[in-house]
Amino acid sequence: MATDKVWVLAEAGDAGPTAITLELLTEARALAGTVEAVAWGTETASLAGALGEYGATTVYDVGDLGGALPGVPVSSALAALIAGGNAPDAILIPATYDGRDVAGRLSVKLDRPVLTNVTGLVAGADGLSSQHPIFGGSHIVTARFTGPGPAIFVIRAKSFAAEPAGGAAATVVAAPAPDAGASNGAKLVERHVEERSGPKLDEATVVVSGGRGLGEAANYALIEELAKLLHGAAGASRAIVDAGWVPYSHQVGQTGKTVKPTVYVACGISGATQHLVGMKGSKNIIAINKDREAPIFSVADLGIVGDVHKVLPALIEALKAKS
Amino acid sequence: MNVVVCVKQIPDPAAPASLDPVTKTLVRAGKLIMDDSDNYGVEMALQLASGEGDEVTLVSMAPGGETSGLRTGLAMGAAKAILISDDALAGSDALGTAKVLAAAIRRANPDLIVMATESTDGYTGTLPVQVAELLGFPSVTFAKSIAVDGNSVTVERQTEAGYDDVVCPLPAVVTVTAGVVEPRYPSFKGIMAAKNKPVDNLTVADLGIDPSQVGTAGSGQEITDVSEAESRGSGEIVVDEGDGAQRVVTFLEQLKVI
Repeated sequence: MATDKVWVLAEAGDAGPTAITLELLTEARALAGTVEAVAWGTETASLAGALGEYGATTVYDVGDLGGALPGVPVSSALAALIAGGNAPDAILIPATYDGRDVAGRLSVKLDRPVLTNVTGLVAGADGLSSQHPIFGGSHIVTARFTGPGPAIFVIRAKSFAAEPAGGAAATVVAAPAPDAGASNGAKLVERHVEERSGPKLDEATVVVSGGRGLGEAANYALIEELAKLLHGAAGASRAIVDAGWVPYSHQVGQTGKTVKPTVYVACGISGATQHLVGMKGSKNIIAINKDREAPIFSVADLGIVGDVHKVLPALIEALKAKS
Repeated sequence: MNVVVCVKQIPDPAAPASLDPVTKTLVRAGKLIMDDSDNYGVEMALQLASGEGDEVTLVSMAPGGETSGLRTGLAMGAAKAILISDDALAGSDALGTAKVLAAAIRRANPDLIVMATESTDGYTGTLPVQVAELLGFPSVTFAKSIAVDGNSVTVERQTEAGYDDVVCPLPAVVTVTAGVVEPRYPSFKGIMAAKNKPVDNLTVADLGIDPSQVGTAGSGQEITDVSEAESRGSGEIVVDEGDGAQRVVTFLEQLKVI
């Protein structure tokens, strides 16, 4: 079962397609001869150049969603394209807020399962297999679909490197827009953009994260200050997000973001498997924790067994003195 | 208002996890507990359904008639529970599980269904939306807050850049992230009361589901291999003798980050 055609769900960012869209297009090119994208919104024509450069020949445009959340209308359009006889062998979907909604809806519409948290794809004689890290990334599970396609894979960010191929702009083709009825009731009323002083968590070259070892919510200010001094982003373990110290958007790990910065500084984080899977791909890892037995030290390039309440303020002072 | 909360009963995440060597699925032996992620959904539901005649119903699918995790949610204040337990369900994928939960939820005739964004053990993260699609309901995922206003809900939905205000007619499925509310601890009185709250035990046949649609038989995916990942060698571990911060600075200098 050869993989001839792969679709990529393309998301628009501030300037052109998002980084994960380009990563998925690059991987799709390596897997199949024909790569096509599916996009929505009013700006699809402006994405066609970049989508083509990364390998898409066609972009199916679902168009303006009229304020609806993407999950229902985009999955309806995909299902209608497939019902019309235009089925790909696989659909690669970014593991984002909207991507997961599209994948779940499409799964039911096609009555096909979904494989999520994919970090690698392997083409074999039986079609595509997907790789999934488990137990904090200590083991890799390989899985595949046993039934008919299309195979729906939801893929984590930074699983593949994005490389342009120099293709011509993708041809924009209008996708069908079937009426999804009552299920399409959720409407976006207003967007709120939160001020961010530094780089994005998943794009920063330095990430400084804090965990339960900080002791109390107020001490997270140390993490933010250190991140700022290093021109990086501030992250968090699940424990302190669950405790309500910081918003979910800061969470690094299995249920949060995957980061692969040049330097990751883990402060007062024990290194539960939940956390490790989201950061062990970092180039260099520095860990500061008072417990010598903490699992975070098993992945650290430099481990400081010490009290974050002493080491962090001293580190901040030292960096301020240098600048 | 009737609110359903889907609750997953999972092995204690603090205990080491393992895979069955034959089926390569997660071993779920031993006592199960309510997934920590579900505390937030149960708490949110209890706060939304606090008026006269309001009721929270828990829905769970678990092997062996397991109710220990459900009792936690009942002790927090849910009125009753529906448990689907059937040997035919072993090996179900997320879609099969969604079919079972959707059929059970239909029986409770809810105005609102609240779920965690994803479970701690399997973390597939698609199940709530699959349930919504099976029920023909709209859905809003990654809620930071939920307010019910007559026949609709207003949700602050987490986004990459901040959050969106989303309005959605009821009935609907809403998923909550951890940390959005402070889950209550069950009181002693609550724990005692939970022992006598009704748990409706259902099988696949009770729900009118074809057994070939669920369990290993209905699963359209299989695990072909489990292997150890390349391990990351650990580096230099030093005890802070007052020089810890300086060592970090030196390391950062070597990396040319500063």
